[in-house]
Order: sequence, then structure tokens, then C-alpha cells
Amino acid sequence: MKNNKLEVSAIKDGTVIDHIPADSLFKVVSILRLDHLQGMITFGTNLPSKKHGKKGIIKLSDVYFQDKDINRISLVAPEAKLNVIRDYQVVEKKDVEVPDDIYSIVKCDNPSCITNHEAVPTRFLVINRKKLKLRCHYCEKITDKEHMVIL
Amino acid sequence: MKNKSLVTITDFSKEEYLRILEVAAEFEANSYQNLLNGQVVGVLFFEPSTRTRLSFESAINRLGGRVIGFTDSATSSVTKGETLNDTIRVVTNYCELIVMRHPLEGSVRYASEIANVPVINAGDGSNQHPTQTLLDLYSIQKTQGKLNDLNIFLVGDLKYGRTVHSLLMALSEFNATFYFISPDELRMPDEYKMYLEELGLKYYESTELDDNMKNADIIYMTRVQKERFSDPIEYERTKNAYVLKNHMLEGTRDNMRVLHPLPRVNEIHTSVDSNPKAYYFQQTENGVYVRQAIIALMLGLK
Ligand SMILES: [Zn+2]
Repeated sequence: MKNNKLEVSAIKDGTVIDHIPADSLFKVVSILRLDHLQGMITFGTNLPSKKHGKKGIIKLSDVYFQDKDINRISLVAPEAKLNVIRDYQVVEKKDVEVPDDIYSIVKCDNPSCITNHEAVPTRFLVINRKKLKLRCHYCEKITDKEHMVIL
Repeated sequence: MKNKSLVTITDFSKEEYLRILEVAAEFEANSYQNLLNGQVVGVLFFEPSTRTRLSFESAINRLGGRVIGFTDSATSSVTKGETLNDTIRVVTNYCELIVMRHPLEGSVRYASEIANVPVINAGDGSNQHPTQTLLDLYSIQKTQGKLNDLNIFLVGDLKYGRTVHSLLMALSEFNATFYFISPDELRMPDEYKMYLEELGLKYYESTELDDNMKNADIIYMTRVQKERFSDPIEYERTKNAYVLKNHMLEGTRDNMRVLHPLPRVNEIHTSVDSNPKAYYFQQTENGVYVRQAIIALMLGLK
């Protein structure tokens, strides 16, 4: 326990996003647009993890997420855990969930889809949560986990 | 249906299909009705398809409407690099309705979200062509006197054929029993079979057109294209199995009719053309009445 505290310092109030696969850390930053935030943010990556080999962690002071916003990271960090911190204490723990609709995160796998030819924000309906199968709102073709590219 | 776009067959309900077929029958009885009375319809073909375009233009003209548009993106501002977004934003100001065909999938859905008039999909790449499905339904109802409880044979390329997928979706509302006849490589995708299973509808699969044809009410033929096969030898080996010849129709039901979305290549031998069970040419004529009905209903004129 002591070691963990040394690696990434504790925050007073805010959110800790833990158990991010190390190679998805910067995707999470981009999906949540954390580069636009003004407050204090601490990133840790390549930390040892029992589950993932190496994990990433993000600590955000004075930032709290709506479920619908945080669920946007479920495609790249399905096992991420959210800790809501108030006065150094974890007051709530949350898992991320795959939402029903996915907006502007994933590229459509169909090269003939209009979204790959014109500046159309992508939009998908999640038709299988477990296997992560998405149906494009435009071309109606399926993009699945193996072919998923994050924009 | 007023002001609603038609992008995919599932945009409309069973009740709406039936209303379209009812109005189509009115147009078949009396095709020239000046309901549009000079109103302008935009017919935007970003890729050529003479048959579909003429069918729509005939429908619009019979309704007394005027057509503006282009027949191929090579002759339009699109070649100058204009985006679809810009083209639609401009054209939507010039007309009451847009009929659109485009080589990219999803393009018509996108256009329908930009346009402030209803949009009819006349084909978006390999994705959807819902007016074809509605004219197929009309042809089935007209030849069978009903849509319910029919034995529907879908033959040929069931994997990539968009018309058979849309027709399956539409007929699943009418308790159809399906027979899928295709080469192994071009079988009906699992998602459609699962959909039928969820609805409790029966289907049978076979790689051959044989005795099973005696049960058919409708035989819906599609093209089997060489480029769809990963192995050209497999294509050569199987292509003749999906060619319908006149003698094969012996012993089929009297009410049975052969449909095809056209154009055909060689999958229906010309000897079938003179058989009274061949219905594919009348099928195209029905397309005009069905498109008249769709246009009139979408503009609230019926
Ligand atoms: Zn797409």
C-alpha cells in the first residue's frame, strides 16, 4: 500500500480513474478531452497490475464525471474503475459500462461508409455489449472489437 | 408518413407498408393524377442507374411534378469537390422532396439528417434500396392475393444481396416461411437467421434448386456474381446450379411466380420469359405505381 502512494500522490477532492490498460491511457485522455482541463491532473502509466500486466491511472482534482461521459471510455478501458474522492476519502466506486450509443469515438470499419469520406461524426448502436459489436447508424455495417479503431 | 424520409425498409411499419400498397393499387387503376401540380422534386443520382431513375421520373411526371437534378456526379458540382453536405443544403431549398442515389453507404441517411425536405433512398452503395422492396411486396400481394403465410424462395447470392435482406425483413412481418437456396459461400448471414428464429419463423437452407420448388409461392432470383467468390473454381463449379430454366418450373404451384430485381445476367434462362409464371417484367411496371404512392404519401397528398 505504501508503495502505491509514493507512485502517484493522493488528491483531496476529485476523481481517480484506475485500472486503465497502459496502452489505452492516452486514448482515455483524448476521449475525455482531459487536455482541455485547467485543474491539476496526475497521470501514472506502466504501473504493475495483477489484472493487466501494466496499468495506467489518472487522478483529477476537483473533477467529477457524469456516467454518460465516463462510459465513453468503456471501449478502450472496459475494466476501468472510478473512485470519487472527497476529503481524501473514497466516497464512491463505479465501474464503466458500455453505453447504448457511441458517438464520435470509433471509426466505421466499412471503407465505403460516408463517415470515412466526409466530415460526418460517427454514430453506432451497440448491438452486442459482451462481444462489443457496433452497428453503424449510417451504413448499417458491423464494426466489432477486432476491427475497432478509436478516432 | 408525411414528411418522413425513407432510407431503409425498417423506417416504415407494417401498417405503413400496407397503406403504400393500397395507394399503389389506386395509381395502378388511375396512374395520371395531377397531385404534385407543378411541385419540384430533386432527383440526385451521384452514380448512374438509368432504370431506377426513369422509374422515379416517370412516377413524378405522372403526378404532375417537375424534376430537377443530375444523372451522374460527373456532370454535377460534385466533381468540383463539393461535399455532400453542401450539395444537400443547397438543393433542399429548390424542391419539396429529394430522391437520391449515391455510391457510398450511409450517404442517404446522412442527407436525410441535413435536408429539410423528405428524402427517398434510391440506393446507397450496397446498403439499402427500400423502394425495390416495396415494389417486391406489391408484386407479391398482387400475384398471390395476400402477403401472409407464403413460402418464399430466395435464390442466389444471399450473403451480399441487399434486396433479399430487405425483402426478408419486410416479409418477416407477414408470417412467411423462407427457403434459402445459395452456394455455401454465399449463404444467408446468421444475423438474419437469428432474427427469424427470434420471431419464431421457419426457414430451410439448401444449396440446390430441386424438388423443394414444388412448395414455392414466390421464387425470388438474384445474380450470383463471380467477384463474390474467393475461389474462381468454386464459382465455375456452382454457377449453373443457380440458373432457372423453363423445364424446372414443371410441377410448381399454379400461383407460383418468379421475381427478379433486374437486371439479370444469365440466372434466368430466356426460355422462362414466355412462361406465365415469369413475372419480372411486370414487376418493374409495378415500381412506378409504388413510387407514385410513396411520393404522394410522403408529401401528404394522399
Ligand atoms: Zn458506417
